[in-house]
Amino acid sequence: MRQFASAAPWLLSAALLAGCASTDGGKGEAVKGGGDPASVRLAAKGLDPAASSESFPSTYRPMPSVTTAIVGARLLTGTGEEIEDGTIVLEGGRITAVGRGVPVPAGATVIEARGKWVTPGLIDAHSHLGVYASPSVAAHSDGNEMTDPNTANVWAEHSVWPQDPGFTRALAGGVTSLQVLPGSANLFGGRTVVLKNVPARTMQDMKFPGAPQGLKMACGENPKRLYGGKGRSPATRMGNVAGYRKAWIDAADYQRKWDEWRKKYAAATDDKKPDPPKRDLALDTLAGVLRGEILVQNHCYRADEMAMMLDVAREFGYRITMFHHASEAYKIADVLAREDICVATWAEWWGFKMEAFDGIEENPALVHAKGGCTVIHSDDETIIQRLNQEAATAMAAGNRLGLNITRADAIKWVTANPAKAIGVLDKTGTLEAGKMADVVLWSADPFSVYAVAEKVFIDGAVAYDRADRRFQPQTDFELGQPGKESRR
Amino acid sequence: MSPIARILALALMTGIAFPAAAETVAVTNARIHTMGPAGEIGRGTVLIRDGKLAAVGADVAIPAGARVVDAAGGVVTPGLVAADTTLSVAEVNSLHATNDHDGAVEHLSAAFDVKYGINPNSTLIPVARLGGITRAVVTPDIEEDRDERPKERLFAGQAATIHLGPGEDLLMASGVGMVVHLGEAGAGMVGGARGTSFAALKAALDEGRHYALNRARYDYGHTRPYRLSREDLEALVPVVEGRMPLLVHVHRAADIRQVLKLAREDQVKVVLLDAEEGWMVASEIAKARVPVVVNPLSNLPARFETLGATLENAARLHEAGVTIIIEGSRTGHFARQVRYNAGNAVAHGLPWKAALEAITINPARVFGFGARAGSLEPGKEADLVVWDGDPLEPLTQPRQIFVKGTEMPMDSRARQLAKRYRDLPPDQPPAYR
Repeated sequence: MRQFASAAPWLLSAALLAGCASTDGGKGEAVKGGGDPASVRLAAKGLDPAASSESFPSTYRPMPSVTTAIVGARLLTGTGEEIEDGTIVLEGGRITAVGRGVPVPAGATVIEARGKWVTPGLIDAHSHLGVYASPSVAAHSDGNEMTDPNTANVWAEHSVWPQDPGFTRALAGGVTSLQVLPGSANLFGGRTVVLKNVPARTMQDMKFPGAPQGLKMACGENPKRLYGGKGRSPATRMGNVAGYRKAWIDAADYQRKWDEWRKKYAAATDDKKPDPPKRDLALDTLAGVLRGEILVQNHCYRADEMAMMLDVAREFGYRITMFHHASEAYKIADVLAREDICVATWAEWWGFKMEAFDGIEENPALVHAKGGCTVIHSDDETIIQRLNQEAATAMAAGNRLGLNITRADAIKWVTANPAKAIGVLDKTGTLEAGKMADVVLWSADPFSVYAVAEKVFIDGAVAYDRADRRFQPQTDFELGQPGKESRR
Repeated sequence: MSPIARILALALMTGIAFPAAAETVAVTNARIHTMGPAGEIGRGTVLIRDGKLAAVGADVAIPAGARVVDAAGGVVTPGLVAADTTLSVAEVNSLHATNDHDGAVEHLSAAFDVKYGINPNSTLIPVARLGGITRAVVTPDIEEDRDERPKERLFAGQAATIHLGPGEDLLMASGVGMVVHLGEAGAGMVGGARGTSFAALKAALDEGRHYALNRARYDYGHTRPYRLSREDLEALVPVVEGRMPLLVHVHRAADIRQVLKLAREDQVKVVLLDAEEGWMVASEIAKARVPVVVNPLSNLPARFETLGATLENAARLHEAGVTIIIEGSRTGHFARQVRYNAGNAVAHGLPWKAALEAITINPARVFGFGARAGSLEPGKEADLVVWDGDPLEPLTQPRQIFVKGTEMPMDSRARQLAKRYRDLPPDQPPAYR
């Protein structure tokens, strides 16, 4: 068998790799349920769509940590609770206890935090850090593969520059995880990646273990303007929709071919094994969406266009996880809540283009008030440093309208809700025992403009400390640059 | 119909609150930050009469017939100033036809004047005003990403000041500053390197000086040949005569030094815009008495000329004695961020009072309307905001806003959209709401 496989690398049999998910990386030792088509795998992972998630694997390792108890702070848990005079214990990289009067483990480092606030680490569900790195020179413009309206084949993670100084600034703003997306020039912009916001030598060292990938899709002005301007499709919104539909038809066809091959391969005798289809990276991504493995992250401003995208999704049997920017989400907040589609937006941005002209400060709160999943995102290297303030502005706008939004609600917009929308809520995003110890200690009420992140913990390790320069990471790019030595 | 009745009817028809500028109003029971010599008044009254501030203090007699606005312990500040903004000359950023801030061409560069583009009906104005802004310094610019435009443009053009009050004529003064981009962007517009753009600026000022002395001879062709157009030369006269400041977009410390040197050598007034590395040469800026318009959120090495950008720029410049002005966002849509930006500067070391000065009296003085607005002093035009808390906090909201003595409606197109879609699903199409 091995000999055969090396002669034709794609041909490693079903029997060999059956049940590889339960073994150590599919070396083929375990043989279970030999005739199951789902277990048919190719030897060369790069040729096999089913092995997509094993490519460019995370090498993230939590930084060293000690058992820590933050005592006496006001806790916003991200689960809808506000706990006064609370304690949170971080042990072995996990949150082990949260609440009032929680015992502090012997030997723990105790942080007295009376008058201070604690929240889950903030999560930005829409960032271009790393793919549009600072300095924003053309040489760093790696976020938009503006060469074809369908670039579902590209992966944002292949563009991420871990030395982007924006990561460290976001960290000082309390951001512990983020989703980095390709830009919105194309109908299908490519795959997104979820990162832990730690200083690292490689993208893989930042890659959030076990987080699903997303597919960036874009509605509206951007794709049609760009390609229409080049005299090709799409030049209109109807051209956009035709582009989506064609791609989904192709993807379903592609998926069918692989399914058929796996079935035939499993059933065939050794001497009659059929050749596998050729892997197509773009269709592979789309097929991943149809299988429910890749989350659709859909850039879309106008309410009527979001409704259109819902019908496209119904037509081809996939789910939209979140609409991004969604300036007009408030116009169909009832529909989005019913469909359980999150809305990632700003409080302040509007009017920069026609499809954002109806953007209002009340948008996040109105989506929330209808029972929807509001996410405050940045899409910006400056706003990402103050997601808490953007949430404050959005909360204030809602309360001005009489929507009675509490801090315990609004903190979810930058913690639990983005965690849900990027598929990591089971791991982070709230202060709950068992979750990753991604935690921010704030100097004051995080909805105050004067609050700063004093300490930021990632997997229980101090990733940032405002009072201790040893925990203020500096990128290679900034090292030794003028002005840095006298910086406070 | 009498003229007044006609105006009233028009106001009713268009749904615009009819301004009552002549109204006498007493705003009582307020914590007043005057930003003037009276300082902070813990609990006092502001009296507005004929559009002006008649009295501000702890013991102000309220005249019979005055309308009393009880601030209920709220905070009263002067109306805020949006310095360096596209407010009133921009509507939708990506639609160039709706924008009038970027229009300089090669032969109308210094002569480009934003005053002609001011639109009193811009939907951005009520949005900004609801952020507490009552005055603005409207500045032209040269956008780098508009390739179809001519490259060689030395000046972006002339700035104007406006009020955000009632009436069709918002212009307070035109020609309040001449905007020029230096550093990387400026080099990109002229020649390609700093050596070109600085030299071109000096040459233009030299021509302006020569022209100012030989204006009468120009029409007879009895002057030396000028590279600049007549219109640009005219526009530069107040600059070379020291009456109109150059508003210089500049970032790198070394470039700031060059600008200070140019100001000395060419005897022109300058105001620095952006100046991310200003803190590195803060004492020199202070010594030259040059004011700086800063965005306190700029802390990224976005370009090689902003490697030293820090959140503490505003605080350190202030500490060194520089007059600072805090801007919201150049983009008029986000001008309302000015108060949050001031708050963030406080979070990074700027004293609170200095932050409020940087968005009220400082810009008013630097841009030539300090005698009219920017502080709550008797005799000044009555621009004030009643807040339900600390005005620099995002959770704080304005309760009442007065511009030139007129209480402005707490409404905007954006607020109307929010109300229209508040209750869903609609029982009838929202268009009927």
